[in-house]
Amino acid sequence: MSEYDSIHGEKSRSRRASRTGSGSQDPPLSFCLPPVPSASRTGFAEFSVRERMREKLKAARVSIQNDFPSAEEAYKFFTFDFDSEAERKKTGIKKRNELNHEEEEAEEEDAETHEEGQEEDETVRTKMPENMQPRFLEDEGLYTGERPFVSPSNLNILENRILRQERGKEWFGDDGKILALPNPIKQSLTRPPIFSLEEGIEPELETLYRKAIKVTAANQYLVGSGDFQGPFQLDIDISGLIFTHHPCFSREHVLAAKLAQLYDQYLARKQKNLTTLLTDKLHALRNAVQCSIEGGDAAAPKPIAQQSIPEYKMEIRQTRRLRDAEQEKDRTLLKAIIKVWKEMKSLRDFQKFTNTPMKLYLRKEEVDQRLDEKAYEAEIQDEINELLEEYREEYEKKMEEYKAELQEWKSWKRAQSKKKKKKKDLREEEESIDESDLGEEPVKPVPPKMVNSLEIEQQVREKVDSFRRKPGEPVLIPELVLSGSITPSELCPRAEVLRREDVKKRSSFIKVLFNSKEVSRTVTRPISSDFRVHFGQIFNLQIFNWPESLKLQIYETTGISSTTLLAELFLPVPETTVLTGSAPIEEIEFSSNQRVMLDHEGVGSGVSFSFEADGSNKMTLMTSGKVSNSVSWAVGEKGVPLIPPVAQQNTGIASALKSIDAIASIGTSGLTDMKKLAKWAAETKLDPNDPNNAALMQLITVATSGEARVPDFFRLEQLQQEFNFVTDEELDRSKRFRLLQLRNAEVAEFRNYKEVPLHEREISEKIFQDYEKRLRERDVVDSKHYLDARRAVVANYLQKVRESVINRFLVAKHHFLLSDLVNEEEIPSLGSEGPGILGLGIFKLAEPKRPLKPRRKERKKVTAQNLSDGDIKLLVNIIRAYDIPVRKAVSKLQQPSKHSRSFNEMFTASPSAQSPGENIDWVLNQVLVRPFVEVSFQRTVCRTTTAEGPNPNWNEELELPFRAPNGDYSSHSLQSVKDEVFINLFDEVLYDVGEDDHERGSGIHTRVERHWLGCVKIPFTTIYFQARIDGTFKVDIPPVLLGYSKEKNLGNDRGYDSVRNLSEGSYITLFITIEPQLIPGESVREKMNEMLKKFDTQEDEKLLQAAEKYEAECTSKFPSRQCLTTVIDLSGKSVFITRYIKPLNPPQELLDAHPNSSQITAELVARYVALIPFLPDSVSFAGICDLWSTSDQFLHLLAGDEEEHAVLLCNYFLGMGKKAWLIIGNAIPEGATAYVLTLEQNQYAIWNPSTGCFYGQFDTFCPLKNVYCLISCDNIWFNIQEYDSPVRINFDTSKAKLWKSFFSRSSPYPGLSSIQPEELIYQPSDKAAVVELQGRIEKILKEKIMEWRPRHLTRWNRYCTSTLRHFLPLLEQNRGKDVEDDHQAELQKQLGDYRVSGFPIHMPFSEVGPLIEAVHSTGVHTIDIPSVEFALAVYVHAYPQNVLSVWVYVASLVRNR
Amino acid sequence: MAAGGGPDVFLVSVSGEIESGQFPGLDELYCKFCFVYGQDWVPTAGLEEGISQIACRSDAAAAALVWNLPLDITFKSTNPWGWPQIVLSVYGPDVFGHDVVRGYGAVHVPIEPGRHIRTLPMFVPESTSRLQKFTSWFTGRRPEFTDPRVVAQGEGREVTRVRSQGFVTISFNVVTKDMTKLGYEVTPSDMESHSMSVTEGIHNY
Repeated sequence: MSEYDSIHGEKSRSRRASRTGSGSQDPPLSFCLPPVPSASRTGFAEFSVRERMREKLKAARVSIQNDFPSAEEAYKFFTFDFDSEAERKKTGIKKRNELNHEEEEAEEEDAETHEEGQEEDETVRTKMPENMQPRFLEDEGLYTGERPFVSPSNLNILENRILRQERGKEWFGDDGKILALPNPIKQSLTRPPIFSLEEGIEPELETLYRKAIKVTAANQYLVGSGDFQGPFQLDIDISGLIFTHHPCFSREHVLAAKLAQLYDQYLARKQKNLTTLLTDKLHALRNAVQCSIEGGDAAAPKPIAQQSIPEYKMEIRQTRRLRDAEQEKDRTLLKAIIKVWKEMKSLRDFQKFTNTPMKLYLRKEEVDQRLDEKAYEAEIQDEINELLEEYREEYEKKMEEYKAELQEWKSWKRAQSKKKKKKKDLREEEESIDESDLGEEPVKPVPPKMVNSLEIEQQVREKVDSFRRKPGEPVLIPELVLSGSITPSELCPRAEVLRREDVKKRSSFIKVLFNSKEVSRTVTRPISSDFRVHFGQIFNLQIFNWPESLKLQIYETTGISSTTLLAELFLPVPETTVLTGSAPIEEIEFSSNQRVMLDHEGVGSGVSFSFEADGSNKMTLMTSGKVSNSVSWAVGEKGVPLIPPVAQQNTGIASALKSIDAIASIGTSGLTDMKKLAKWAAETKLDPNDPNNAALMQLITVATSGEARVPDFFRLEQLQQEFNFVTDEELDRSKRFRLLQLRNAEVAEFRNYKEVPLHEREISEKIFQDYEKRLRERDVVDSKHYLDARRAVVANYLQKVRESVINRFLVAKHHFLLSDLVNEEEIPSLGSEGPGILGLGIFKLAEPKRPLKPRRKERKKVTAQNLSDGDIKLLVNIIRAYDIPVRKAVSKLQQPSKHSRSFNEMFTASPSAQSPGENIDWVLNQVLVRPFVEVSFQRTVCRTTTAEGPNPNWNEELELPFRAPNGDYSSHSLQSVKDEVFINLFDEVLYDVGEDDHERGSGIHTRVERHWLGCVKIPFTTIYFQARIDGTFKVDIPPVLLGYSKEKNLGNDRGYDSVRNLSEGSYITLFITIEPQLIPGESVREKMNEMLKKFDTQEDEKLLQAAEKYEAECTSKFPSRQCLTTVIDLSGKSVFITRYIKPLNPPQELLDAHPNSSQITAELVARYVALIPFLPDSVSFAGICDLWSTSDQFLHLLAGDEEEHAVLLCNYFLGMGKKAWLIIGNAIPEGATAYVLTLEQNQYAIWNPSTGCFYGQFDTFCPLKNVYCLISCDNIWFNIQEYDSPVRINFDTSKAKLWKSFFSRSSPYPGLSSIQPEELIYQPSDKAAVVELQGRIEKILKEKIMEWRPRHLTRWNRYCTSTLRHFLPLLEQNRGKDVEDDHQAELQKQLGDYRVSGFPIHMPFSEVGPLIEAVHSTGVHTIDIPSVEFALAVYVHAYPQNVLSVWVYVASLVRNR
Repeated sequence: MAAGGGPDVFLVSVSGEIESGQFPGLDELYCKFCFVYGQDWVPTAGLEEGISQIACRSDAAAAALVWNLPLDITFKSTNPWGWPQIVLSVYGPDVFGHDVVRGYGAVHVPIEPGRHIRTLPMFVPESTSRLQKFTSWFTGRRPEFTDPRVVAQGEGREVTRVRSQGFVTISFNVVTKDMTKLGYEVTPSDMESHSMSVTEGIHNY
């Protein structure tokens, strides 16, 4: 203890010294002001003192933690007297401890008499405010931290500088030192070191293998039921490679390969053992013959046995021949083996070294000579006998022939001799004639010779000798072994050594190509000296589609640099039954035509060489070999083979990622041992006051106190909770927070939500209800709105696709281009219109203010974003109409007595002016129709004035306001506006309601009625994209308009130009535009295209490059014409367009309907296609992604836009044997579209696939205005003619000057497989469901009509309804043609008392909404005569594959009094 | 005010003026202002947009164009997100007399109640090429933002290049109501020290 005391004393002294000497409290030994005489000692002493202090503090703290300190303890604490040791301290020290600081300081000054100390103290004093003593916070137990190191000289300079300043003392702390924050630099690393597994690589740069994952974005368009099927797996096992010839083969190798090949053949033959088999058969046959002959002798010769004998004999002959051939082959093979072996031996002897370990042993098998000889002889005898017999037969046959021939010859001879006598005189000519005659002269037949039996024996023996083992000769069995030793390189000549070295340099690897794209490759393995390469690698290919091709490419590398492709070989795609584990290893041979010449022993490839010394007997070998591999389908975890369905239909891939829990991957890390941590903390004596350690200290106190259990999880940021101001559950429950989050995520319902309430209680649950409902219903099929479960599924699917596309858009929307933000004038070109250059502006001043020929000024385009409600107006200019149906006089003729009350009342109001007799006069005076046009858009209605006559001229401009959904005028929102502009054509009819004649005198009471005649629908998006729509449109007029007929039916042809009269229907000329002109969101479109280009594709790179080049060439020449080579399919991959075109079978039902008229059948097919509902993906996909679905997908979805319709129609026409092409062009009003072109009897017909109509090439009313390119199943032609209007172009694609073809002679069509199915399978429609649907539609429509007439009673005339219902199937049958008159008469007859106005509406069926809309737009319900009755009938006709044609007949009836 | 006690919106009333601008070398400028605010904000009173008179430089106050255009607007809001910003755009004639834009600038309305003076640096978008710069100078159709509000948003600004033009000084007097009640503390926490420094300052002088 005394020792301790002395040390303690020493310590305290030195401490004092250090304080005065250096004035520092902290361990950094160098941080003291100079000069320090005993730095190390002081440092050490001070350190130990600090340590002691800390221990005391800790002890004190622990005691405090345990219980409240007693008064004495507290006293001791504040007097730094903590432990019992203090009692044993010297009183002096105790005294010092008791003293206050000033005293202490004074004591120090007294006790320690360092000069420096004095000076130091002086400096301290200068730094301190007067009458203040330095205070040392650390001594008081407060944390001060470690000061950063500043070199003493710098510190001095700084202090002096500060001191000179006014109020400079504020910079110094209580201890007389410059205020400083603790040193931020930590002594140890806080980041755990990373250890690299691989040497030589920086651990940070080390790469990690991550399994490839399928991106979900790419497959969101897949059609299918959505069940997860993939990914599928194909296992390719490449076990090795054997060269049967290689350029580095030495001559010996060539022989060895030959020998091996022969030996293999031998083994194979031996296994088959054909010779013995045939010999046995021969014996059996002979026996059979023998038996039958003997049997025939014994009993009466049976006719069957007799018959069969020659057959047997024939067979014996054949078998013998076969056996002989086989034996000969065996023999020659054996001989060849021996020969090659001998050659090899001689070669080895000659070259004095051995290259191959091959050795051939010939095993002799001794046989019993006597038995053998006997068998041999018997065999020969048998054969001789048989041959004899054969020859005899032959002889007889020949003899017959001979006789016949002889007879012939003789007769000829006779004739010849007569001829000769006649021509004796003309000697000279005769010779030539003779000569010519000689050729014709039949040779005098030679009588056949009977063969000598001895001769035959000779023959047989010779033959047998040549290829059969001699009796008693041992049987030779060759055996090939690889036991031979190879001469080591040292003993070889130089050339051979070079060869061996060359072989060593060579190595090879194999690339695996899936669908012509490299997916993996084997490791590079050296070629061994026996020219075998062992890989033994299995490649697991995860695939999504049925493979198109599997290919291996064998590469050889020589040395370091050069890699050459040796050969390509195709692997067959395994059958679905070939699974991993059971797949056999197969050897696939390959050969290469490369030519290699080597300057060493190697014989090379494709180079002739010879074994002979004189160079004769040359041979040329090509590199060849075998790859042993096996391809099989992998088996999944549950034993399910991972095979994609062969049909590409259902490759729906849901995201596999969703199932992976993100937390699990983090939470798996092990937990820390708290106890150990605490122990470590105690051992290392961490400063508990250091804020850096605060987290750790807290953790330790928690852990060591024992009450808190060790958490069984690891938290990355354990203090995160401190910053959470509410719990997560509370946050989730918060409606306000949720609302804000949803709005921020731009969810459709909340995108423009304004003023989120501040309090929870003000947010009603209702806000979320719609949204949640939508989320719920995303997967639930709601059949209520669609009336048809299948359509509901499809609608649901489309909704999903739409959402995902929109989400992509929202991403694209946040990318800005300069033009989105900054308006900048483009560089004006000289002489251009518009702003121009100043000089031109002056010219402009000289222009007349109102020129006679005004030029159209380009309107200023407005970007959509800074618009608001009411800024945009839709301008509809109704110019004129042609051939509007006119009222019929039928009713008048039928009811002449009531004519004054018929609907022509207004114009026949004055009876005096009209005499019933002057019928012609009446016709001329009669106003046939008083049409007006009503335009409705977004439920705003505008109408023109009423014009008169069937060819009215309005020339009126209507202005309709446009409101964007949610007040969002950004371009992407405008693109997705689904509203349509309805242009309805009405006839205004005036009725006199005056009851009596005398009333009529005093006033005119008329009632205005309007009768719907037809309509034109133009989607807003079309107007938006086209900027203006200008043209003549066909008015969609119902097939039957009661009380109306076409003008020409009246026989009142006024001689309009014949073209128009040729075409049926009415036309209206319109001009529609938007004011101000909006810039369509092209920039977004381009961005999207960029994004789409990143989609993967299965097309060959070369093809894609060619397509890009072709497109670039075409668009550079004709920038306005669209060139289409690749399109995006539903799975988001680019597909070459011709793959869509393929002959497909239309439904058999349609073909059978009119078997003898191909034209009607074609129209029927077109109608069928047109009946498939139209869904512009420019609406659903916001005009950006034009997705092309295949025909089966299209029929499955039952919705698509022009392209799908056109592709299906084109395929049908091809399937019907027509010549058909797809036209990519521009039409009104759809804009860019696809039509179908057919060649019918040397005339081209243009089909509109979405209406089913067709037009001749020279039809002026053809909606197709521009033709850009034609597409067939094997080529694309781009229109390079001057014009692109179908009337002015030539459709002959064989003319290269007019059409630029994609595939030409220089780059022929590679035979791309179609992505269409082999055959379309049609499901017959469910008749019962159709009838039910019919009933439901009728009910809904009736309810709707009643709903639209809230103030009136709606009566239904059942009789009329049933009559109408009766008509509808007839209409469907006739496709709405040529029934009008009959129909009218019929209806009039049945409903004589009523004035009926109504018409059938025909639509393809997709959902109820459009039907309701169509019925509403006709305005039948608007009639408000009190006694009006209604009739409504619905008929649904089902075509195969659930294509439904819906007829709605709606009529209003007014009883005639 | 909700019936069940306690406010459900807070109010921010801004008054003040666009005092003056410093545009070296330019004269006869006028300025437009508008406020840009988030979806939860509604102006309840006052002018949202305004345009000043044309101000000319005088010899007295060197280089300053004085507008003294008063601002007075009150917003109510439920959410501090989307705090109102004032967007200024200054226009004036160029050498040929075309009216061209001379600067855009934006600043948030101060959140602290009290009087504040803000100096806005103004900038204009640059032409994309030298030729365009020349033609735009010549024709007087210089590049402009499609919407002055662009300068109040951060999105998409990376595609533009701008040149600084001058400064505009605005003074704001901000009064808030019910913010503290709704739990938004806008007075700085070192208010005390702030006041102390003020008193110190008084002591010093």
